[in-house]
Amino acid sequence: MSLTNKVTAEDILRISGVDASRCMQCGKCSGACPNYDEMDYHPHQFAAMVRKGKITELMESKALYQCLSCFACSQRCPRGVEPAKLIEAVRLSVIRQKGKNYMTADALPEKLDEKIPQQALVSAMRKYSK
Amino acid sequence: MTYGYYPGCTLKTKAKELDVYGRLAAQKLGILLEEPENWQCCGGVYPQGEDEIATKLSSVRTLAAAKEKGQDLVTLCSACHHVLKRVNLDMKNNETIRQRANNYLKLDTPYGGETEVIHYLELLRDKVGFDNLKNAVVKPLKDLRIAPYYGCLLLRPGKEMGFDDPEDPTVMEDFIRALGATPVKYSQRNECCGGYVTLENKDAAKRRASTVASSAADAGADLLITACPLCLYNLEANAGPSALPVKYFTELLAEALGVKEEL
Amino acid sequence: MQKIGVFVCWCGSNIAATVDVKAVAEALKDEAGVVFSTDYQYMCSENGQAMIRQAIKDYGLTGIVVCSCSPRMHEATFRKTAVSAGLNPYMVEIANIREQCSWIHKDMAEGTEKAIVLARAAVAKLHRNAPLTAGTSPVTKRALVIGGGIAGIQTALDVADAGFEVDIVEKSPTIGGRMAQLDKTFPTLDCSACILTPKMVEAAQHEKINIISYAELESLSGFVGNFTATIRKKARYIDEDKCSGCGVCTEKCPSRKGLDDFNMRLNKRGAVYIPFAQAIPNVAVIDADQCIHFRTGKCGLCQKNCSAGAIDFEQKDQLIERQYGAIVVATGFKPIDASQFNEYAYNDSPDVVTSLEFERIMNAAGPTKGQLVRPSDLEHPHEIVFIQCVGSRCSEDAEKGKPYCSKICCMYTAKHAMLVREKYPDVNVHVFYIDARTPGKNFDEFYRRAVEQYGVDYIKGMVGKVSVEGKKLHVQGSDLLNGEQVHINADMVVLATAIEPDPTARSLGTMLTASMDTNDFFTEAHPKLRPVESPTAGVFLSGVAQGPKDIPETVAQAGAAAAKVIGLLAKNELTCNACVAHANEAVCNGCSQCERVCPYGAITYEDREIRTPEFRGVRRIATVNEAVCQGCGACTVTCPSGAMDLKGFTNRQIMSEVDAICR
Repeated sequence: MSLTNKVTAEDILRISGVDASRCMQCGKCSGACPNYDEMDYHPHQFAAMVRKGKITELMESKALYQCLSCFACSQRCPRGVEPAKLIEAVRLSVIRQKGKNYMTADALPEKLDEKIPQQALVSAMRKYSK
Repeated sequence: MTYGYYPGCTLKTKAKELDVYGRLAAQKLGILLEEPENWQCCGGVYPQGEDEIATKLSSVRTLAAAKEKGQDLVTLCSACHHVLKRVNLDMKNNETIRQRANNYLKLDTPYGGETEVIHYLELLRDKVGFDNLKNAVVKPLKDLRIAPYYGCLLLRPGKEMGFDDPEDPTVMEDFIRALGATPVKYSQRNECCGGYVTLENKDAAKRRASTVASSAADAGADLLITACPLCLYNLEANAGPSALPVKYFTELLAEALGVKEEL
Repeated sequence: MQKIGVFVCWCGSNIAATVDVKAVAEALKDEAGVVFSTDYQYMCSENGQAMIRQAIKDYGLTGIVVCSCSPRMHEATFRKTAVSAGLNPYMVEIANIREQCSWIHKDMAEGTEKAIVLARAAVAKLHRNAPLTAGTSPVTKRALVIGGGIAGIQTALDVADAGFEVDIVEKSPTIGGRMAQLDKTFPTLDCSACILTPKMVEAAQHEKINIISYAELESLSGFVGNFTATIRKKARYIDEDKCSGCGVCTEKCPSRKGLDDFNMRLNKRGAVYIPFAQAIPNVAVIDADQCIHFRTGKCGLCQKNCSAGAIDFEQKDQLIERQYGAIVVATGFKPIDASQFNEYAYNDSPDVVTSLEFERIMNAAGPTKGQLVRPSDLEHPHEIVFIQCVGSRCSEDAEKGKPYCSKICCMYTAKHAMLVREKYPDVNVHVFYIDARTPGKNFDEFYRRAVEQYGVDYIKGMVGKVSVEGKKLHVQGSDLLNGEQVHINADMVVLATAIEPDPTARSLGTMLTASMDTNDFFTEAHPKLRPVESPTAGVFLSGVAQGPKDIPETVAQAGAAAAKVIGLLAKNELTCNACVAHANEAVCNGCSQCERVCPYGAITYEDREIRTPEFRGVRRIATVNEAVCQGCGACTVTCPSGAMDLKGFTNRQIMSEVDAICR
């Protein structure tokens, strides 16, 4: 994956507003995550890897699009770290790059069925594209 | 009692039951819900980025319009509630976001989070009162065992949503009791149904939905209730063999109050 | 005019790295009254003190300013130095250029400038100082120990063995505290009751120890050596002198709805009960909320069956007033409320228990007679999950939980795990942990034994969710070392909940004017050098009331607190604080405002004959009891007419300091 703009750990911390140094690596976030098995990197790793500056790896991660935005990780973190915000900050850093929209409107029609609510489409566009 | 009322996009289309029954019930309870003119879609997900401003503006417009009318803003859809509540807190507590959003909007008076965002269930609990609701019920839903599905967005993050104990909520159970039905407690009531990845990863959404539905079914529930159109869709469409009927809480409310009409 | 010497300390590099000490000494030479100014590497060392003594003699100094660390650290040291050179100790001023200057600044120029200003202020104040003489007060040779757990018992025994009288005030019906609830103790696995109950008996039988059970401190006045306590002894509706502890009443009582606090409310008990078999005093107590007689006026079965005639439904609370020379806080702890942690399903299933509940379940005298069974259906469990750090180590701004490590949980969890595996080898035991913290003699060896010899499955990671699924508890958590999310279908889950100070600690702290931290643990006078004393003179700390600790540490601290108490009670009189308040009778108008704010009750009023050019006659004037006044200064700032002043910190002295700073 080639990225137009280099993204640093500082960028992720600024966008997310998260203080990753507060993480004590207890793993409660990843223990709480209901979609753990679909992810290559897990919530606690986002905190650890951002601290180590491993942003490129995270930006290439498929976990960015598997997060359910259920906030179980943020809710249960005993240190107030909010991993969900870190994941979103990395995802934003990808889709803000030129040509890096993860899902476009063209792809939607084939995913739709009769009953699917507007909410699903709106939120997918919000999460996966710019 | 008059309140501003934000229906959101889905309640005008796929989730008409949530909207219409909510209004009918409110009317019966003596509550006037006024829809602001020209409201815009909230976007469906709260933009968590500190530097996300444009994606928050539609919510701010709605919130500022309610402030102009001096009204608290009532919501029904869990997602809309989540987005409006958190954007409102940003406008109240986050200096940078408040300033930047106001710079864009150029309102007559800058908006600073003055509007109170209230979910319909909070309205029933805190303004109407479940005892009064119980007295207003004309058709108690006896013999119905109902599993409340809270999902994620009403409860979390607890510090911001301030809706209920995020790990042990009771508002929906109390609501069900007020309607004369029996609440069924089950472990997945505040765990995610996977709705957000229904387009991206159908299998994952199916696994989550069936986990939630079977947890409720195993606990002996006849049906699930929810406040979220996406949860309803996902629990209906993706729960597989363990699927239970899923209804909006407002539909049962309207039924118990005797104001339900077929749509 | 004073002749003042200025002594600037480097404190090694503590001060000298951020403050140009030579420049400070140089600048102070220009101050009025300063006849000598110098600097030295360690002013508190013997050489430094000798330098001060020599200068006092050589230059005939009338007062000295030492620019060094906080007066809390070395004011006493330098006052002694001054006295040995013939100066009054109150002619010493400390300019704190360490804690309030060098430690908080980075820039040398800034630090130096501030140090000079602080030193000038001290010189300006010293010009207004006058020699002061401290009075003395007698010492009441009796100690009050608040809390009758192992901490309070040990302190009481040690003080009593030294020959002083001790009263133990215990709020529950029996002494013994938390330790009495424990089954076994780490790392030796000896039975807790077997080592505690002999100590309880020893305390009860000690001729110098008086146990006041089912009682709480109601109010306190006075000061070190001379406290007056009012103790409320709650009505237990049993005559303690008549009751033989036979227990017939507890068997006859038809009410069975009360929850047994001693067994962590896991079972029911009668309205009249004895907390446990070895309770001291071995006297029953009636729970009036549950008693049928108190609720309906009927029943009275206990009374009919008591052959000693000890039941007294008319008994009232009793107030006891006594004098004490020293007070020991030994109020202990309780586990935090686990119901806030429903992500672990504590509210959803009786099979999710706290560690202290588990302790009772494992105990032979507990609700299950020591049989390990699931509370929900009394079935034998096969899979048990322990979760550590429940509510410990949370960030300060977290929605719930405590910011500190509760210290004892790693070890008691290893103990529980080991005991289960020892007694029931068929049970699989998993422990979710963040870090296994086992510093302590034979502690890590103990924990390793749980892993290596007893096959306890330690999983590094936290549990994210416990779900009740039918009769099972589905535990979902992180296994960080193997990089996976683990799922365990358990029969029981045990939560190692954080510990917090007993809820009575906060109000007690206010009553004693003893400072506490934000977690309601009592603060020690110095974290390293005075760890068993409260900053409030005459108040000592014993056990978990001061901070989380295990039994050996508690007993050690209890002994240390006792040593301090003995040191105090062994004195016949105490030197009072010389810096006490004083009312200027020419200005006082007898308004009583100072009396109302005085926390020590040191101010009274007397009608005094006044003869001044403006007034002749009798007037009501505030009078300070100098033995009682602690010099807090509340009266001086309250006094509307400016009549109250504090010796050593007069308004003129303070204003001189301010003027010097603003110059």
